[in-house]
Amino acid sequence: MHKNIRTIIWLCVVTLGIAAICAIALNRGESISALWFIAAAACVYAIAYRFYAAWIAATVLTIDETRATPAERLENGRDFIPTNKWVVFGHHFAAIAGPGPLIGPTLAAQFGYLPGTLWILIGAVLGGAVQDMVTLFFSTRRDARSLGQMAHDEIGPIGGAAALIGTFLIMIILIAVLGLVVVNAMKHSPWATSTVAATIPIAMLVGFYMRNFRPGRVLEASILGVILLLLAVVGGGWINHNENLRGLFDHDGLSLAWAIIAYGFAAAVMPVWLLLAPRDYLSTFVKLGTVTLLAVAILILQPHIHMPALTQFTDGTGPIFGGKLFPFVFITIACGAISGFHALIASGTTPKLLANERDIRMIGYGAMLLESFVAIMAMIAATVLEPGVFFAINSPAGVVGKDAIDAINKINSWGFAVTLEQMNQLAKDMGENSLFARTGGAPSLAVGMASIFGNAFGKSMLALWYHFAIMFEAIFILTTLDAGTRVGRFMLQDMLGNIWPKIGRTSWMPSVIFTSGLVVAGWGYFLYIGVIDPNGGVNILWPLFGIANQMLAAIALCVATGILVKSGKLKYAWITGLPLAWLVIVTSTAAWQKIFSDDVRVGFFAAANDLTTKLAIGSLPPEKAAVAPHLIFNQQLDAYLTMFFVVVLWIVIFDTARVTLRYLTGKPLLPLTEVAHEPSRLVEDWVRD
Amino acid sequence: MLKRIKHLWHILRRLTGDDAYEIYLKHNMEFHDSNSDAPKVLSRKEFFKLWQDSKWKGIKRCC
Repeated sequence: MHKNIRTIIWLCVVTLGIAAICAIALNRGESISALWFIAAAACVYAIAYRFYAAWIAATVLTIDETRATPAERLENGRDFIPTNKWVVFGHHFAAIAGPGPLIGPTLAAQFGYLPGTLWILIGAVLGGAVQDMVTLFFSTRRDARSLGQMAHDEIGPIGGAAALIGTFLIMIILIAVLGLVVVNAMKHSPWATSTVAATIPIAMLVGFYMRNFRPGRVLEASILGVILLLLAVVGGGWINHNENLRGLFDHDGLSLAWAIIAYGFAAAVMPVWLLLAPRDYLSTFVKLGTVTLLAVAILILQPHIHMPALTQFTDGTGPIFGGKLFPFVFITIACGAISGFHALIASGTTPKLLANERDIRMIGYGAMLLESFVAIMAMIAATVLEPGVFFAINSPAGVVGKDAIDAINKINSWGFAVTLEQMNQLAKDMGENSLFARTGGAPSLAVGMASIFGNAFGKSMLALWYHFAIMFEAIFILTTLDAGTRVGRFMLQDMLGNIWPKIGRTSWMPSVIFTSGLVVAGWGYFLYIGVIDPNGGVNILWPLFGIANQMLAAIALCVATGILVKSGKLKYAWITGLPLAWLVIVTSTAAWQKIFSDDVRVGFFAAANDLTTKLAIGSLPPEKAAVAPHLIFNQQLDAYLTMFFVVVLWIVIFDTARVTLRYLTGKPLLPLTEVAHEPSRLVEDWVRD
Repeated sequence: MLKRIKHLWHILRRLTGDDAYEIYLKHNMEFHDSNSDAPKVLSRKEFFKLWQDSKWKGIKRCC
């Protein structure tokens, strides 16, 4: 194409992008079309990908197309396989995009649509995508080593240990909070519970099919499974209307939490082929299909956003979680903007498939942009709801009151219109008993998605769409839960294996049961507390997860910055240094407030002291007094856990600073572990698949 | 057009791991054919077992 035409096209993209962002940022009217969000996102991503990512690839990392990748050098036909870039992209995206980018934006919508949207866009292009891309690059240059190994080899043993412990603890908190989201979605909902329960035997059936009936026929088995899942959604509706059967699936939060805990243990002990692997196939199919469908529906329907740009809750009094806009919006939305967990996928798993270094920009940077786009769609789905409805669904009973009338009055007093009839009708349309205080983000997201799908593809099936959306969220939350418990078990076996070698054997059944039990007890405890906490649990667990995840991102960025400095690229170290500095500020501030704030909805110690006082003077109702000692202990534990995260973070930062300082003063350092250049045998016109 | 569809189908199979066994056989033919002490070629079932187990050893899924 002629150079001038290209320049004109890019100028148009820049203009449209600026116009869209201005439209979003400056709108103070009744509502705004969701198309502006899509336009802003598309333009920002296109510009960042074309210019910033390309510049990083060419100038900072100096990607070398002629260099053989680990997939080529170590090809073994099993895990090291040079693979077509679209296939690697698919694998990488499926691995990084979990339930996080759906839940975070939904919760952060309490501040209004603007802060979350801007953070998703800016955080992704300057932070998350850069982190994923440079980690993928450095791991590719180091025989596909994991983040923990790279931290150990390049920074020192402290960095390595911090990455390991950080990963383990994030896993525990993440599983607990995801478990809580599923429990809240199934609470007293026979339809949702029966559908989610049905996914277990369906996954097992698919597992049998792939393993024994038609070995290795993954595609056939998955298609069969997806059809069965859709039937399960319809079947759930039938159960819901059957007076005899619905009682079997109508449970309160606590019994569902115990069921999830038992399930998690069983899934971690069972062989992977029976449950975990087939469930993962199904969830990946459903996930990719639903996300595409949602994008199409938003484009067809062009729904209007009803949430204001900013709400009064930026002052820290929000009902969904306490805390001011800064720093909590940046903690609440981790996945979708920047997620430390991605660094674990970008190191170790993906580089084993990478056929050529030039694919790194598309896979590392591009896949994160797509995840960020998923977060934008979740934000749209949450904010198309009337704000009154959004807050009625997401505010915990501890804040707005147990009684529906109290909740309505409270929400009206905030200036958001909603009526009891409206909520009852909505619950009826969605096939639910009640939609009040369904915290965790999943139900409100499902209502948002159902209304978008319903308007785009036919309104008669709202209840079906709602339960499809719940099934869609639950199935990959449960996949994360299974996979996370198993990974936690492996890590624990690895660590304990240093003390007692026998326990490190991953196939020794007593060790499997013991370590799985420990991991499940870990997240099961937080899940249990989350369920009995009248403030909904999300208020405690989600910020804790956000702090932990951002801490891991900061560790990954420390490693990347350290390697850049050691490679003599100090003048470019800001590409990871800037997001690192921002994350350190955000994480440290959030942690400080979570520990020391006087606000009982923010500070852990403040909440513990408040409960202790109330318990002592006997002002708590009996059912609250009974669980109060647990809650007090938990708040204190959370405070110490947060302290631990921050201390680990600062140790790694000082370690990286030490490495940088030694480099600047010319002192000896750990050598770079980059593998020597080896020319690629795969010629230019080689068909890469 | 038909070529396009074939190509898409190919990518879909590769994405899902449907053709993992074929890749393994191809790799085996290329690298271990002339080697007399090459390991025994696995059956589809044996290979799938090994492939699935090794696939789930590390961190595969994120938040």
